Amino acid sequence: MQFWGYKRKEGRAGIRNHVLILPACACGSESARIVASQVRGAVNIVFNTGCSDVADNTAMSQKVLTGFACNPNVYGVVIIGLGCETVPHMELRKKIQSMTSKPVVSFGIQDEGGTLKTIEKAVRAARDMAAEAAMQPKELCDISELLLGIECGGSDATSGIASNPAVGELSDLLIDLGASTVMSESIEWIGGEHVLAKRAATPEIHNQIIQVCRNYEDHLKAAGQDCRAGQPTPGNKAGGLSTLDEKSLGCIRKGGTRPIVEVVEQAGRPEKSGAIVMDTAGYDISSVTSMVAGGCNAVIFTTGRGTPTGNAIVPVLKVTANAVTFEKMEDNMDVDLSGIIRGTRTFQECGRDLLAVILDICNGKMTKAEAYGFSDIAVDHVCRFV
Amino acid sequence: MEINGLLMDLNDNVVTCVAQVPAGEKVVYRKGEEVCALTAEEEIPCCHKIALNDLARGEDVIKYGELIGRTTGPVKKGHWVSHHNIYSVPRDYESELVSV
Repeated sequence: MQFWGYKRKEGRAGIRNHVLILPACACGSESARIVASQVRGAVNIVFNTGCSDVADNTAMSQKVLTGFACNPNVYGVVIIGLGCETVPHMELRKKIQSMTSKPVVSFGIQDEGGTLKTIEKAVRAARDMAAEAAMQPKELCDISELLLGIECGGSDATSGIASNPAVGELSDLLIDLGASTVMSESIEWIGGEHVLAKRAATPEIHNQIIQVCRNYEDHLKAAGQDCRAGQPTPGNKAGGLSTLDEKSLGCIRKGGTRPIVEVVEQAGRPEKSGAIVMDTAGYDISSVTSMVAGGCNAVIFTTGRGTPTGNAIVPVLKVTANAVTFEKMEDNMDVDLSGIIRGTRTFQECGRDLLAVILDICNGKMTKAEAYGFSDIAVDHVCRFV
Repeated sequence: MEINGLLMDLNDNVVTCVAQVPAGEKVVYRKGEEVCALTAEEEIPCCHKIALNDLARGEDVIKYGELIGRTTGPVKKGHWVSHHNIYSVPRDYESELVSV
């Protein structure tokens, strides 16, 4: 199976060819937004940190920023910093240039003499980069170039029995074709971690999965939070989820059944191909942020209640098996899987249907969140701002 | 017969109803290629589970082919399985680790 994408000198192919206007710190975010609005083919992210952080938070921010820049859907990068951010824009640029050969330039607002002068230079740089990007022809790429992120958010009683199993089926089909998938949200494995661990390709990976859950639970305990307290929630119980085990099993079904070949840290870049899991928050926007930083070139997102969020760099495809949600939120939902709940379709059949949808997205079809230009990000934090 | 139940795995001993099923009505579900049915002995709310056979006290409840809990008392075939009559079996991380 093949799709028309953008081959890169390093790593996987892109399914988009964006110029990324990347703030090095929160102070660069507004300028980045204005630059992107001036240049067709450019996208920006809004970054709310980069300053006054403890070292662990800075490390996470840097992983996200460099990961975004290296994402295969990005043709080139225009960085906008301030000048006194924790990791200066020149340093961030050099770091990115050591990881990728794609074009990268950077500007500092203090050195350039304020916002307007910075925007002027950055718009020119972005315009030239976008013009070059438009000249890059699409080429036939093998489906093995696809790294699909799998997410769920705004779940309801239909998620675990319909949309998640359908996406799990899709994941199995993709892996059998040579593609790779990433399932994240390690906090939500808890209760089903022993079942997820059974999919591990090696005993080491088995133990990594268990350890990720144990560490997460301990981390929250240190902040006075018991992640099992009140689980399943009264709303979950009313929706038919009787135990945390049942809730977690429904959640991890979206990752399919193939052997897990690698456990990657949050926003880390997978080295293996196949079924991969990533240690991230259950907060959907943060989890998608981390998977995009890890190099996913597309994301599929199951929902029950419906959510609007998207990502500037990768298309996020929203699927739901709740017929009422699909109807009420049709402007935000891409695929209706409610046939599973009506009993007219099986989740296996829907998984096969989704394969064709994903191929369309790879070939350039825009998801709804993408067409609206949504750019939601959330960088996970371990500590208060300094 | 219209499907109104989902069997998530062939080894499961519960079926999840995808519509509210009044007492005395049939729950119809696919088991592979086969279409099966059983009678709901009490009302089963939408997205809740029905027992496929008699479950003794302390018996494993299997969904997705995995243990989701154990019964706190006997649950007869066709009856509602919920948080009222099953509990999560405690586990600890240490025992889940394997030797490498």
